Amino acid sequence: MLVYLLKRMALMVPMLLGITLVSFMVIHLAPGTPVEMQTTMNPKASLEAQKRLKELYGLDKPLQVQYWDWLKRLARLDFGRSFSPDGRPVWDKIKERIGITLGLNLLSLLIILAVAIPLGVLAAVRPHSWFDKGTTLFVFFGFAMPTFWLALLLMLLFGVYLDWLPISGLTSLNFSHFTFWQKVQDLGAHVTLPVLVAAFTGLAAWSRYMRGSMLEVIRQDYITTARAKGLPERTVIFKHALRNALLPVITLLGMSVPGLIGGSIIFETIFAIPGMGQLFYGAVMARDYPLVMGELVIGAVLTLMGNMLADVSYALVDPRIRTG
Amino acid sequence: MKKREFWARLRRNRMAMTGLTLVAGLFVISIFAPFLAPYDPNSIDLKQVLVPPSADHLLGTDTLGRDVLSRIIYGSRVSLKVGFVAVGLATLIGLVVGSLAGYYGSWVDQLFMRLVDLMLCFPTLFLILAVIAVLGPSIWNIMVVIGLTSWMGVARLVRAEFLSLRERDFVAAARALGATDARLILRHLLPNALAPVMVSATLGVAGAILTESALSFLGLGVQPPTPSWGNILTAGKDNIEIAWWLSFFPGLAILVTVMSYNLLGEGIREAIDPRLSE
Repeated sequence: MLVYLLKRMALMVPMLLGITLVSFMVIHLAPGTPVEMQTTMNPKASLEAQKRLKELYGLDKPLQVQYWDWLKRLARLDFGRSFSPDGRPVWDKIKERIGITLGLNLLSLLIILAVAIPLGVLAAVRPHSWFDKGTTLFVFFGFAMPTFWLALLLMLLFGVYLDWLPISGLTSLNFSHFTFWQKVQDLGAHVTLPVLVAAFTGLAAWSRYMRGSMLEVIRQDYITTARAKGLPERTVIFKHALRNALLPVITLLGMSVPGLIGGSIIFETIFAIPGMGQLFYGAVMARDYPLVMGELVIGAVLTLMGNMLADVSYALVDPRIRTG
Repeated sequence: MKKREFWARLRRNRMAMTGLTLVAGLFVISIFAPFLAPYDPNSIDLKQVLVPPSADHLLGTDTLGRDVLSRIIYGSRVSLKVGFVAVGLATLIGLVVGSLAGYYGSWVDQLFMRLVDLMLCFPTLFLILAVIAVLGPSIWNIMVVIGLTSWMGVARLVRAEFLSLRERDFVAAARALGATDARLILRHLLPNALAPVMVSATLGVAGAILTESALSFLGLGVQPPTPSWGNILTAGKDNIEIAWWLSFFPGLAILVTVMSYNLLGEGIREAIDPRLSE
């Protein structure tokens, strides 16, 4: 078990290097250097200032040197300073928003699990029934639905026409004046629509996966044995089938992480939630390259960690992986 | 023989046939757009700004008085173009990577699979947006970028097929007859590995259309005035309180299109190997 863990962690190092390499290459795809917006394109910058900026960013050095310098700074968590007017360190800007994005995504993941797993199990237990067909239809919708459209529709319904829920931001304007419980309620109301949107596509994927996994498990011999032994169907399904069916689903956890982090761009931008996704979108629109690079690296690292976590939990849960 | 079985099974699957009909219908609509659209999608009429659906304008007008129905009809061209080129590129890359990895095995396989794992670490939309930030939004750029970020699934599929096909007798026979690696890969292995690739390509078009519309919605895809379902929705969001039709209809178009490709793709998957469905 320990050996497996160590091997997985050792694999992470070349991955991290690869992530930084790809991110670096992406930013330097541009025909002009990233700093030209502030220098040659900026009529107010003198030739002196341009030269100084070029030296500061090390842009006069060859690419490999630039990459190595950047890598060294990354190791100290120095992602450079944002190009935006406030010029704050990129790491600070990202740090204050990671919590919100991760929190929202975790919440939506919980909702997905709570709804999709029972849905998948029930559909598998009654194959080809009305319930199963209905679930399949729902899954098809879920895969085809553009999340931003769903967001707009929900905003129209609940925000504009019914006026039940707020449609932007994380809190209301007079949040600071609220009591604790009012704060909880306010936060909850603001978070409802974004989380629903975030969870929707995931629901489709997970229900389907769960159903497929359950169907495969139910076909196995040991289930027939359990039934032949006279065990009540409920025990057969929930104690024996479900546990085995959940195993491959755990690997899906790892694969969902990039989708969740990436998807947060859309719903955070639409609902004006101050998270990593909205920050990234703003950085892209403003061509704030240090911020874009920083978010790219961090997003990929978070995904890597999520995958690691999923692999480790899979190894924990399935003893065949550890010994095999 | 296998082909006839395939078509027979496909025809029996009602959902797949629905998908096929819709896909064909969309093709027709996009090709005959100039004849089907009631108005010029780019003709501005400032006297008819933000008119709700009416007899004159079946789906209403937008902020510049342009007819929404016509813009949606022409928008199908963008979606299909992007879908096909992006998927074509992704499939090409995936075929090359997957066949080489699956055929040669050992370090080639390891190298390519690590590359796949690496690419999969990046949240796709982050990567795409970063590249667009650097290269600028244009229909050509987004086609290429979507292609460059969605080849990984195809590569894995092709590799898996090659790994299993490699051991078959016909490969040994061809080798014994002196076939070169290239001939084996191109003439013998690839054609047999294509079946799952067809599924993945069909589903890939659906995904590419979703991604393109998301990018256009964010303002980083197809730029106005060229109509794209995504960029009509941008206007929908900005005018959500006064023009519900701008939000509703383009999204519906995306939904129907993507669903039809999904249905078709799933239908092909079931027709190829009926054992896969229980």
